[in-house]
Amino acid sequence: MLHAIFAANTAAETVNPLIPAPYDMIWSGVVFAVILVFFWKKILPNVSALLEARAAAIEGNIEKADVAQREAEVVLAQYTAQLAEARAEAGKIRDIARVDGQKIVVDAKDVAASEASRITATAHAQIEAERQSALVSLRGEVGSLALDLAAGVIGQALSDDAKSKALVDSFIADLESSEKAAK
Amino acid sequence: MLEAPNQEIALLVNAVTSLVAASSEGGGFNGPSINEFFPPAIFFAGTLFEMNRIVLIRFLLAAVMILLFWLGTRNMRLIPTKGQSLVEMALDVVRVNIAEDLLGKKDGKRFLPLLTAIFFTVLAFNLPGIVPGLNIAGSSTFGFPLVLAVISYGAFIYAGLKKHPGTFLKSSLFPTGVPWPIYFIVTPIEFFSIFILRPITLALRLLMNMVAGHLLLVLCFSATDFFFFSASLGGADWARFFGLGTFAFGFIFTAFEILVSVLQAYVFTLLTTVYIQLALAEEH
Repeated sequence: MLHAIFAANTAAETVNPLIPAPYDMIWSGVVFAVILVFFWKKILPNVSALLEARAAAIEGNIEKADVAQREAEVVLAQYTAQLAEARAEAGKIRDIARVDGQKIVVDAKDVAASEASRITATAHAQIEAERQSALVSLRGEVGSLALDLAAGVIGQALSDDAKSKALVDSFIADLESSEKAAK
Repeated sequence: MLEAPNQEIALLVNAVTSLVAASSEGGGFNGPSINEFFPPAIFFAGTLFEMNRIVLIRFLLAAVMILLFWLGTRNMRLIPTKGQSLVEMALDVVRVNIAEDLLGKKDGKRFLPLLTAIFFTVLAFNLPGIVPGLNIAGSSTFGFPLVLAVISYGAFIYAGLKKHPGTFLKSSLFPTGVPWPIYFIVTPIEFFSIFILRPITLALRLLMNMVAGHLLLVLCFSATDFFFFSASLGGADWARFFGLGTFAFGFIFTAFEILVSVLQAYVFTLLTTVYIQLALAEEH
């Protein structure tokens, strides 16, 4: 039936498309063999190597990221610890400084107080010395004055030193006793 | 199944014949003929290695395909460029969607070169049917589909014999769980369907799709040419408008042929994979 139609249509020659020509099969086979070998030996090994490399790269990157994260966490912990340490140290230093400062203030106060008392003592001593020297000089002057006065009063020179000295001493002793009594 | 494509082509040719008959008085209309699939020899005429247009088209397409894949995979990078992504996507159609899905990782890898070669060869040989200047599919003469079907046939028988040596033929022909008298019916059917029908349907499906596609396109475009430019319409100039319709059909069928090309490549590869899978999975 089919054959008849083809025959009718192609009056010149009758060809049945379902009978393959040998050359058709031979060249098809050759071309397909070339393509098969090309894919088998060249393209697919390349592609599968690439896919493996890509998978490895992805896994490697994930691992790398994990390592980096762990490292970052360690560094963060270290940093936090250092920060806390530094804070503690700063607090310690502040405390020490405060204590030192107080000590300095106290020391300074002590020094000032002792200096003041020393100055006061010196002043006292000086005053006492001056009083003594004044007393000594007064004693001499008052003695001669009194002698002059007494000589004048009694009209007689008290040439006798021993007598005059005793007189003056008794006078001064009287003066002192009267002074004390006045006090 | 065996009859359907034949009927289809018979109908087509019939229609063409009547068209030619109707217009032959006017002259000028050249309908498609089956002779287009048997162009004159160009090299080595008369020998076993005769080459005609279709054989040369196959060489050309194979070279183009090898060149494209070679260029696309020459500098493979972990982070793909645009071209490399395209090539990888194309290869993944076979690797992921066909081989690994049906056969699993291990067997998928074993048969991947064969399946990839089948898919891309069929695709490359189907497409020139719509390439201007080539205008005929490399898979539209019986030699190529037949060779591929025989390879596919050999592949699934090899897979079965390798995996289940000794039991493959028996378990294919005598499925378990069937009462023994039924074997009188089942075994011939199984034999016929597995060992005869499978390669024939594989080859015929591809061949007839491409033959019918080519005839349709030739019919549409030669009719368009006839309506537009033939001087022999004999006063019926209004009929030239039919050319618009036939041209539109040519347009539609060109797009349709792209779909058919990809689909037939996919179906051929998928069926080969399914046959291999069935042969491997034989557990009786």
